[in-house]
Amino acid sequence: MSRRGLIEVQGLSKHFGWRPVLRGLDFLVQRGECVLLLGANGSGKSTLLRLLCGLSRASSGVIRIGGWSLPEEAQAVRAQVGLLAHRPLLYENLTARENLDFFAALYDMPPAERLRRRDDLLGQVGLAGRADGLVRGFSRGMQQRLSLARALLHQPDLLLLDEPYTGLDSAGCAMLDELLAAASKSGCTIIMSTHQLERKPAHANRALILAGGSLVYAGPATGDLAARYRQATASA
Amino acid sequence: MKTPFISAVRAIVSKDLRAEWRSRELVSAMALFALLSVLVFSFALELDKRAREEAISGVLWVSLIFASLLGFNRSLSLEHDQGSLDALLLAPVSRAAIYVGKLLGNFLFTLLVALVLLPLMTALYGVHLLDSWALLTTVVGVFGFSAIGTLLATLAVQTRSREALLPIALLPVCLPFLLTAVRATKGIVSGAPQSEWQVWLQLLAAITVIYLILCLLLYRFVLEE
Repeated sequence: MSRRGLIEVQGLSKHFGWRPVLRGLDFLVQRGECVLLLGANGSGKSTLLRLLCGLSRASSGVIRIGGWSLPEEAQAVRAQVGLLAHRPLLYENLTARENLDFFAALYDMPPAERLRRRDDLLGQVGLAGRADGLVRGFSRGMQQRLSLARALLHQPDLLLLDEPYTGLDSAGCAMLDELLAAASKSGCTIIMSTHQLERKPAHANRALILAGGSLVYAGPATGDLAARYRQATASA
Repeated sequence: MKTPFISAVRAIVSKDLRAEWRSRELVSAMALFALLSVLVFSFALELDKRAREEAISGVLWVSLIFASLLGFNRSLSLEHDQGSLDALLLAPVSRAAIYVGKLLGNFLFTLLVALVLLPLMTALYGVHLLDSWALLTTVVGVFGFSAIGTLLATLAVQTRSREALLPIALLPVCLPFLLTAVRATKGIVSGAPQSEWQVWLQLLAAITVIYLILCLLLYRFVLEE
């Protein structure tokens, strides 16, 4: 499996009606990599992330996560994936602690592990003091922190992050970088979409650049990445 | 890995009950609407005893179905608007478990409203609705249209015109429940022999089972983008 990569994407296309959003993407992501997914607004980043976690169906092409095919083996893929999306995916009328308890139950985590992971994560995202506060009273940044805890709760093999720095203050950004570094160190593969090159984790080692739904760059996240990104977004 | 069906259903139901206990926005809106309907009907229908027995079962079921429309729409809108429906779909949980979890929540909220209406209508209309058979008919009927309502509300919240779409889609498919439940309730209230109305209750139960099976089979298609 590691030889073939954790994520294999071949000829992936997605249309909304007649409008193409993704056009024949091919790429491979190895286990443990931290990949930046770059592109201007509307380039297809969020759609690609939704396809990779099985929330959306491809119009054509192949997606395999850890050897499992989507959408045929989506159930097996879901257990391995954590998603931090644009929206917080939380329940406003539950407390932070109750939200994490609910999602831990959905992932069938053993009771003792649930409590340990929940309390650890609430501490790591800086919400231990607000664990019994209702989410509807949380600021955007606090909801983003709790969403990150939700995405990491079941220790996923693949973490998909859609503009994760949105709403976070500088301390929140540093906390996110720390958590992502720790997740990477434990073998978690990360794909993070952003359109802000100046704000990225230091350990990001690969980049995919989307322009107009096509993959225009797949390579190291170093060197002349900023110039490539500017060129791709200017030409799109 | 797949979360056991029962664990997933239990988690979803207890989450819905807890959230509703905090906000009370679903049941209070449904109950207020149902109470107002019953009051308006009680003023509008100043009838003799026999005519009341004829009309009361219709008033009960129409009030319940319209109140439940509010509830189903709001229950699924909350999941959809906060994005939490995506979070449910991301979990290794079968779509049937999500359906049954949401169905049980909607059923309990609507049943609670029905349990408020029955004694109130007994007092207002002077007709005995607190009968064990009337209660059974209410439970079966509410479960039946909660089953189809949960499916159609999930479909409707994914569209722009959800407030208009749900009644348009739900009311025609609710007709079999409405007809059988009204006939069964009317027979029970009027003190007709059991043999006369029991067939309506059996028919109501049969329709409920058929709709439940259909909804379980169709729910995953409703959730797919």
